[in-house]
Amino acid sequence: MPNIKTLAQREEAQVRFTGGHSLCAGCAEPMVVRTVLNAIPDPVVVANATGCLEVATSRYPGTAWNVPWIHVAFENAAAVIAGVEAAYKALVRAGKLDRRIRFVAFAGDGGTYDIGLQALSGALERGHDFLYVCINNEAYMNTGVQRSSATPRCASATTAPVGKAIPGKPQDRKDITEIVVAHYVPYVAQAAVSNLIDLANKVERAVNYEGPKFLNVLTTCPLGWRTPRDSAIQQAKLAVETRYWPLYEVAEGRYKITYKPKKEVPVEEWLKTQGRFRHLFRSPDGEALIAEFQAAVDRYWDELLRKEQCLSGGEEKTG
Amino acid sequence: MPGKAILSGVHFMNGDEAIAEGAIAAGCRFFAAYPITPQSEIAERLAWRLPRVGGMFIQMEDELGAMAAVVGAAWGGAKAMTATSGPGFSLMMENIGLAVMTETPCVVVDVQRGAPSTGLPTAVGQGDMMQARWGSHGHYEIIALCPASPQEAFDLTVRAFALSERFRVPVLIMTDEVVGHMYERVEIPAEVPEAPRRRPQVPPDRFLPFEPDPDLVPPMACAGEGYRIHVTGLTHDERGYPDMSAEAHDRLVRRLCDKILRFRDEFTVYEAVDLDDAEIAVVSYGISARVAHGALALAREQGIKAGMLRLITAWPFPDPVVRSLADRVRGVVVVELNLGQMSREVERVVRGKVPVIGVYHAGGRIHTPEEVLSGIEEVQRCR
Repeated sequence: MPNIKTLAQREEAQVRFTGGHSLCAGCAEPMVVRTVLNAIPDPVVVANATGCLEVATSRYPGTAWNVPWIHVAFENAAAVIAGVEAAYKALVRAGKLDRRIRFVAFAGDGGTYDIGLQALSGALERGHDFLYVCINNEAYMNTGVQRSSATPRCASATTAPVGKAIPGKPQDRKDITEIVVAHYVPYVAQAAVSNLIDLANKVERAVNYEGPKFLNVLTTCPLGWRTPRDSAIQQAKLAVETRYWPLYEVAEGRYKITYKPKKEVPVEEWLKTQGRFRHLFRSPDGEALIAEFQAAVDRYWDELLRKEQCLSGGEEKTG
Repeated sequence: MPGKAILSGVHFMNGDEAIAEGAIAAGCRFFAAYPITPQSEIAERLAWRLPRVGGMFIQMEDELGAMAAVVGAAWGGAKAMTATSGPGFSLMMENIGLAVMTETPCVVVDVQRGAPSTGLPTAVGQGDMMQARWGSHGHYEIIALCPASPQEAFDLTVRAFALSERFRVPVLIMTDEVVGHMYERVEIPAEVPEAPRRRPQVPPDRFLPFEPDPDLVPPMACAGEGYRIHVTGLTHDERGYPDMSAEAHDRLVRRLCDKILRFRDEFTVYEAVDLDDAEIAVVSYGISARVAHGALALAREQGIKAGMLRLITAWPFPDPVVRSLADRVRGVVVVELNLGQMSREVERVVRGKVPVIGVYHAGGRIHTPEEVLSGIEEVQRCR
């Protein structure tokens, strides 16, 4: 398993993703990208869906990418990386290539949960050998904070505005991690930018499997979440500690929660730090809505515990 | 408490917001869209405004879904609209064709940006004009309007809804990033007449959903009203049932075209600027026409009698208007933010009678008046 030292050594040996890009101050995305790329020792080819990451890291005359990188449209990162991977296999079969190359797709939550879902599902079902990383900041941040199906209930977004009658987004977020699990691919995991070693471990475990691998990584967006620019890691950490964002993996059908918070921290602690939930603390209905939010978090966590218990492959003891 | 639907009065708003307000004023109560620059302001305003006037805003999972939802909403009885920019417009094409084939009244806004592909998300373009005309597969007619100011964006949106109901066809508003983001005075009138939907005039047992009136447009019954309706993208007969014969297909496709072409005088709108004594005519539309105004003034200072035909109805292309223009001037300059799309139509209609010169730019910025002037000077030199 990679530790900070190996990750740093790899970074020193070859910088795969540089600084100097134009992502916002306080954006957590680069840490995810750097960790994912450094956790893979083999050569890597990246496909990047349209979004903040693509726009801000590839503007002429600079690029932050020191690996082969292709920008695709919004909806097709999984399909394009599938094409790249299939071509690689053909070249290997033809004896024109013998190096082991890894294929990684990066896309945001809009490009994964919404417009990219069909391409993702197709690539998972066909069984291409690639790692798909959803960099999930829970809304369309690049176009100005419109809601996505990853946006949590009650969050304010420009297309789910808070008014007197409607308290932000009325719907629950979609559980894409479990949708991917339902494709019976070898490795699926949730990670967060606050737990980078956990993320690196998951990447390393993922790439050891042949076939499609999926990581749903919670990143934070100070602009869209309306949080201080120095709080991105703190935000993600609170999401994990409050069990809003469980860190877990499903390897060949076996569930494992990779981090279990010791203390029960109410989700309110996370909500109250973000401008997008501010209305919950100002309106008379807020208390009830927060209680509903907490109940949903508890239900989700309990479900996950039961899945871990039932589907742990027998060798894990769970609590 | 329901909000005010028509915000009568004088406003300072951008073209995107004006389109949103024009839609609400025209009676639009359903809007489905997907985030995309430079359209998002329309969606954001309607997300805020529509629930207040009893309407529905839905953010869909992509533009395929957005356009499909609009077709569904129109058949559910609503006046419905979607808005997007180039990449999303591409994704909408299949369902725009479905709306044409099923004669679904609706409005589609394309706030054009630099293209192809992701192109220039935040900068202007006019490269989707031919896609507006022919983007969906098959032969069809469609109506497209090009506003050149936020005021016109409001006015043409109202008009688009009227035309979509009148002809039962998707009406496209082909605007651009600069008009979309440009803030100007917009005057919203006290009243906006609501275009009625053409309703069945016979009892349900005698109603045929695609039996046209004498003007070739069939009345429209909507889901749940007691009329038997069968809506399909397949070639269909008057009952709406699929008919796979070549004769039925030719009859249907011709009617879908003729119902619009036969009445083009009703909706062919243009602006003639200093054309009375003009020897050189600029033909342009949208933001490019705004720039050309400056060039006309510069040309007149030099003694070149230049005028402009500003296309407001872009599709169907106003053949008679351009043809008569070619009879009166010595040369034509087409100004557009692509490498020659509407100029193909101008050349087709002018048929070599007078020289046609294009002042093209692929987008990313608007023209300068000097660039347009040099085109005017060039055509002036042609003999």
